[in-house]
Amino acid sequence: MNKTSYDNFTRGIIRENPIFVMMLGMCPTLGVTSTALNGLGMGIATLFVLLLSNSIISFLKNLIPYKVRIPCYIVITATFVTVVDLLMAAYFPNLHATLGIFIPLIVVNCLILGRAEAFASKNTVFQSVLDALGMGIGFTLALTLLGLVREVLGTGSIFGWSFVEEGAETMLLFIMPPGAFLALAGLIVLVNQLRGAHK
Amino acid sequence: MSYLMIFITAIFVNNIVLSQFLGICPFLGVSKKISTALGMGMAVMFVMVLSTIVTYIIYHGILLPYNLTFMNTVAFILVIASLVQMVEIVLKKTSPTMYQALGIFLPLITTNCTVLGVSLLVMQKDYDLAHGVCFAVANALGFTLAIVLFAGIRERLSFVVLPKALQGAPIALITAGLLSMAFMGFSGIGNW
Repeated sequence: MNKTSYDNFTRGIIRENPIFVMMLGMCPTLGVTSTALNGLGMGIATLFVLLLSNSIISFLKNLIPYKVRIPCYIVITATFVTVVDLLMAAYFPNLHATLGIFIPLIVVNCLILGRAEAFASKNTVFQSVLDALGMGIGFTLALTLLGLVREVLGTGSIFGWSFVEEGAETMLLFIMPPGAFLALAGLIVLVNQLRGAHK
Repeated sequence: MSYLMIFITAIFVNNIVLSQFLGICPFLGVSKKISTALGMGMAVMFVMVLSTIVTYIIYHGILLPYNLTFMNTVAFILVIASLVQMVEIVLKKTSPTMYQALGIFLPLITTNCTVLGVSLLVMQKDYDLAHGVCFAVANALGFTLAIVLFAGIRERLSFVVLPKALQGAPIALITAGLLSMAFMGFSGIGNW
């Protein structure tokens, strides 16, 4: 793998992480991360859509007229979102029910449209796949991490495995809506500190 | 469910931004000043009501009779995207003052998940058209309330000296968290 490919792949994971650095796709980030498993599920669903839409858009980039490119991107994305929606309803009905309306809303996730516009419409299919994988993995990792923090603090368990005795008092706030904002704020402060120390 | 209950639940109890987490991007992005926040809120209200009506007609007139409900994500987002474009063109021609007030916000609304979200929720909850429109208005009001309150706090916050790591996004998120906590006080209303 040469340097550009490696660069395109790793950029999304840490350096330009969609959530902690670029702040894209905030709605699912805050909405579904009450447990690590939900975060992971949402992350993988988004990764899947991003991978397919990025490669198809990159493949068709010379056929799509410039003026109507955004509607074209949206239709391509919406098609794959429908595919993911139906697949999840068939094979993971529980997760599908928990994520609920946030699955069709992957369509309007700014991360996907953003990558289509900023990367896939200008680069080869192979590079777009790498970019999608990097960004998707970065997104999934961030969602899982946020879910993990909220789950550990909020219910005292990790991926559904409880490490506190039954009836113990946990910080329930963290699995409720305000906890999502506060936990994400905490993580971003941490990332900012680490990045500042790194420079 | 009565109309009044729809209003109270959508604005306060299940606020679309602070407890449903829809429309976080404009909430964080266009909330530096109260006036722009109010403009965004009005633009969202306008598009949301229109798109709820149009998607309602498409869902019950085309998708349901022909058994195409699996297409609703694709159909809705296309309708919303073209609707926003059309509203922009019509406003520019017919009402320049309104265009000046709302114009810059309109393109942003296509990727605002509140609009698609509300259209989908109206179908999920199986509302009729009147209840659906009422739900859309209430959610738009809830969005406006949240974003204006948030902008008000942020206007004050801009004078505060903060540690470097907290500047920008983190302090905004903490503020939103506190606001969301305040709105949690309304939970329980509507369970009678």
